[in-house]
Amino acid sequence: MEIYFTRDHEWIKLEGNTGIVGITAYAAHQLGDITYVELPKEGKEFKKGDVLCTIESVKAASDVFTPMSGKVIEVNNSLISSPQIVNEKPESDGWIAKMELSDLSEKNSLMDQKAYDEFLKTL
Amino acid sequence: MNYTGLTEKDREEMLKAIGLSSMDGLFNVIPESLKSNSFKFPEGLTEWEVLQRIKLLAGKNKVERMCFLGGGMYDHIIPAAVDFLASRSEFVTSYTPYQPECSQGTLQSLFEFQTMMCRLTGMEVSNASMYDGATALAESALMAIRITDRKKIIVDEGVNPLYRGVLKTYLKSHSINLEEIPVEADVPDMEFIISRIDNETGAFIIQIPNFFGSVFDYYRIAEVLHKNGALLIVVSYPMALGLIKPPGEMGADIVVGDGQSLGIPMQFGGPSFGFITTRREYMRNLPGRIVGETVDTEGRRGFVLTLQAREQHIRRQKATSNICSNQNLCALRALFYLSLAGSSGFGEVALRNHQNAEYLKSKFEGVMGVSVWNRSDTFNEFVIELPLDAIKVIPGMIENKVLPGIPLGCFYKGFEKRMLVTVTEKRTRAEIDYYAAILEAVLWK
Repeated sequence: MEIYFTRDHEWIKLEGNTGIVGITAYAAHQLGDITYVELPKEGKEFKKGDVLCTIESVKAASDVFTPMSGKVIEVNNSLISSPQIVNEKPESDGWIAKMELSDLSEKNSLMDQKAYDEFLKTL
Repeated sequence: MNYTGLTEKDREEMLKAIGLSSMDGLFNVIPESLKSNSFKFPEGLTEWEVLQRIKLLAGKNKVERMCFLGGGMYDHIIPAAVDFLASRSEFVTSYTPYQPECSQGTLQSLFEFQTMMCRLTGMEVSNASMYDGATALAESALMAIRITDRKKIIVDEGVNPLYRGVLKTYLKSHSINLEEIPVEADVPDMEFIISRIDNETGAFIIQIPNFFGSVFDYYRIAEVLHKNGALLIVVSYPMALGLIKPPGEMGADIVVGDGQSLGIPMQFGGPSFGFITTRREYMRNLPGRIVGETVDTEGRRGFVLTLQAREQHIRRQKATSNICSNQNLCALRALFYLSLAGSSGFGEVALRNHQNAEYLKSKFEGVMGVSVWNRSDTFNEFVIELPLDAIKVIPGMIENKVLPGIPLGCFYKGFEKRMLVTVTEKRTRAEIDYYAAILEAVLWK
């Protein structure tokens, strides 16, 4: 399975044409206790860089940006009642949305795990 | 910090400290073209002179008039205890309860206010109040847009025209397609409304009783809206809810209204408060603040401003609304009023309103040239049709100490001969008899 990262700390796991999107452990830690995830609407199309959804923590409300263009086909409904999953397991159970991707070549502009780890060291 | 005024010397020192030579320097950032030179204030007056001047102005007020005006502001009885409780300094001087540890009184009273608004409207969640009915309506439309992610709002023209004005102002900058259902009769054409609803519709707004006082069944519209993924917004008159079915039982998703009828004097149109209630699933999208019940570290019951994230200090530009406050004192008056009335007493007051209005209706049967326009049931307001422009009878009625109603030609084209008449529980049988007699005299003298 391929995983890529953005400079805004979103991750996307690719499974064929499908991408699963979430925020990284670094982002979840920076946000603090997450109190609410305003999930995107299923069926809605997003372009790379669009605001996919908003995450509220006790400190701030932050936008989650779309790492790759596509249509939302599924959202993680368990986050509605248990938003803390994003803090606990940001890069697995705390996923946000599953998307049907429209342009797989967009992954080339993202960072792989190694590049993202290097990027984190510069922050 | 002391509260004595600044002396010239203080001013000079302060200006010197920030490197300015005059007060005008503070306003340098404002372009010259925007500065006005035309402020012409009169010379100052002494306290005694002010008192004389105000007395002179107050003397021009026409008092002791029987009020049959309504249309959003109503002349209801207010128990003296409401004024007494609302003027207690604990309530008058309390500030925004951001610190729950020292604001339990304010928070608990707002929590109870919310509970009452929910019970009154038949909904699950209420906020701690809005500025007034019109802004509550505008906020409900924005809320529906956030929830449905659609850009079309339909509004019935039977919704208070002043509220619709505010709604238009709010929606102007949101590129929303606002469709109005034109008035044909006192009750809107349900089939026509249903034909306008499609899968791009975010919400439909209806007022019950509507601006003409009519009460009617709108459940079918709720069904069609929900089938299309749209919301039903109901504008409500709280006093009427003592008698008619709560909008929550009629399929409403958001209920809004003005709370003036609950213990707040008309006072030339404000201040009042607005209310907004909704279903639990839309709670996150409510504008403004919500007070919630919780427990402290020792497990004792307590109250806090809950879901604060939706407000400006956390969500900032992403806040649900730009409302940064609420109408605490006015909302508390409603809480006192409703607590004093109790649920059965409130129902009795509502019934008295209805009976009085029906009595005036019956009196009009004997007045030549006057007929009731409404075909539908009404609560405490209805429209009469006159043989001439409604505006023409008003001076004669006022001369006889009666404020007869609102001439509808001011708001609806072709309605020049119609007048909206309101009869609250405050009007006596004798006053109602007098109204009918004076109207006849003014028309046919």
